[in-house]
Amino acid sequence: MIDIDLNINTELARGILTGFIRSELNRVGYTKAVINLSGGLDSALSCFLAAEALGPQNVLAIRLPYRSSAQDSLDDAQKVIDATGVQAMTFEITGMVDPLIGAFPEMSNTRKGNIMARARMIVLYDQSEAFHGLAVGTGNKTEILLGYTTLYGDSACAINPIGDLYKTQVRQLSRALGVPASILDKAPSADLWSGQTDEGELGFTYADVDRLLYLLVDQRYSPQEAVETGFAEPFVTAVVKRIRRNHFKRVLPPIAKLSNRTIGYDFLYLRDWGT
Amino acid sequence: MKLTIALSQINTVLGNVEANLEKHLAVIEQANAGGADLLVFPELSLTGYVLQDLVPTVSHRPTRDDPIFRPLLEASQKLDLLVGFVDEDVRNRFYISAAYLSRGEVLHVHHKVYLPTYGLFDEGRFFAWGDSIRAFDTRFGRVGVLICEDFWHASPPYLLWLDGADLFLLTSSSPGRGLTAEDTLDSARWVDHINRAYASLFTSFVAHSNRVGYEDGLNFWGGSALYDPDGNQLACGPFHQEALTFGEIDLNQLHRTRARLPMLRDERTALVQREMTRIFTCREQSSGR
Repeated sequence: MIDIDLNINTELARGILTGFIRSELNRVGYTKAVINLSGGLDSALSCFLAAEALGPQNVLAIRLPYRSSAQDSLDDAQKVIDATGVQAMTFEITGMVDPLIGAFPEMSNTRKGNIMARARMIVLYDQSEAFHGLAVGTGNKTEILLGYTTLYGDSACAINPIGDLYKTQVRQLSRALGVPASILDKAPSADLWSGQTDEGELGFTYADVDRLLYLLVDQRYSPQEAVETGFAEPFVTAVVKRIRRNHFKRVLPPIAKLSNRTIGYDFLYLRDWGT
Repeated sequence: MKLTIALSQINTVLGNVEANLEKHLAVIEQANAGGADLLVFPELSLTGYVLQDLVPTVSHRPTRDDPIFRPLLEASQKLDLLVGFVDEDVRNRFYISAAYLSRGEVLHVHHKVYLPTYGLFDEGRFFAWGDSIRAFDTRFGRVGVLICEDFWHASPPYLLWLDGADLFLLTSSSPGRGLTAEDTLDSARWVDHINRAYASLFTSFVAHSNRVGYEDGLNFWGGSALYDPDGNQLACGPFHQEALTFGEIDLNQLHRTRARLPMLRDERTALVQREMTRIFTCREQSSGR
């Protein structure tokens, strides 16, 4: 197996990412941010970065438990709130989602999970308006590439500071920024149902898939070249397929072209247009 | 002869030329107060970088009649300026451009000849390709200007060298990329390598100005730097923050370095021309391989 070094210079990352948050909010007239704080590593890192970029008084961390959410998640989120000094609120989403779930007795865990993720998005965007802060995203590069995310749910945000960091790198940067140990040490989980873990659901570890993704995406290895470096062929095939099948989550919905100038094809501006 | 060069690494407002002009005029005052003889702004300093469909709305002609260039030409009475802008030619082609202004005159306009259109870059979609590489005379000697991708190809600096340039003014809006365990980004290390190499290989001065700030998710890394004909870095601006970096160059260093290292004297231009002709005309030779 070849040597794959995913280590990053955490001070450099910290400077670029806090500058990004500040720049992208301030240039459109915002000074504040809202973040859904799950108690997991990704949202903890986004919260630490936003607090440093904007000042903790300008960040609202929102805890949105469902009745089955683990107490550990709430406790860990509280540790982030305490460590960063950000403003915080807690709102239980059970009353929002149970009527819908109750209407479909045979509902799968996937459907329930998606409903919860989208209910949390609704609260996040409502607080975005109420707090006058933009929604800071919490999706990392691994989950975006694998599509391990709910479209219009946890993936919804105004800006995403950590979307070009693999989970392994999220962990390294989080450690450098002082994210509490209990968050760094626990198994990553969406906590949508009891006992759920990312690695259990995905069928592989972040340590393995991050190294494979780094070869396939960053280093432009072909799947066959990745196999030749020592990755099992079924694993490589499954990951390649996942990346392709989930691409729809990474792009805006295609607009059917009719006119001479169509949004997305030949009406091209950065979001930072004029700022 | 000694001169002080100031390298301005500014952030820009995307598509707002008037706002960027205001910043230019403020930086010019600052550079003038600091004793600069020549001030170099980054690529597209008057417009911002990822312009896309904004290109036709931000173009200007570098003339005294132009409301953006008039105050810049006035300011160039105090010190020489290199500014980045979008030039629209008489037949309405748009170029990524840099204008050298001195004592109220436009001495030179360079149109970027290499437009990166791959990876994160899409310049060839929105801009016309420049078609000439010329050195020009200034009150500090003969100078050459190149813009970003221009100096990722070896031929433009080489041509400028043969055309008499002893001072290379290089400008960039270089997106930061390649985060590793190193203390600088890959992009910053790559550019340092090649600029140091040009200074050494051409025994010339190299001044590079690179912008800072963000456009959507892109960061621009700054780190504007000045190199002497021995390949030494004389000055370097900070990374990722606005700064005005001053460096003094002693043009007599050309004499001393070239006495030691006569690369220019020994350059076999006739041989180069003969071999280029052979490579480009010989059909059996698979030179494009």
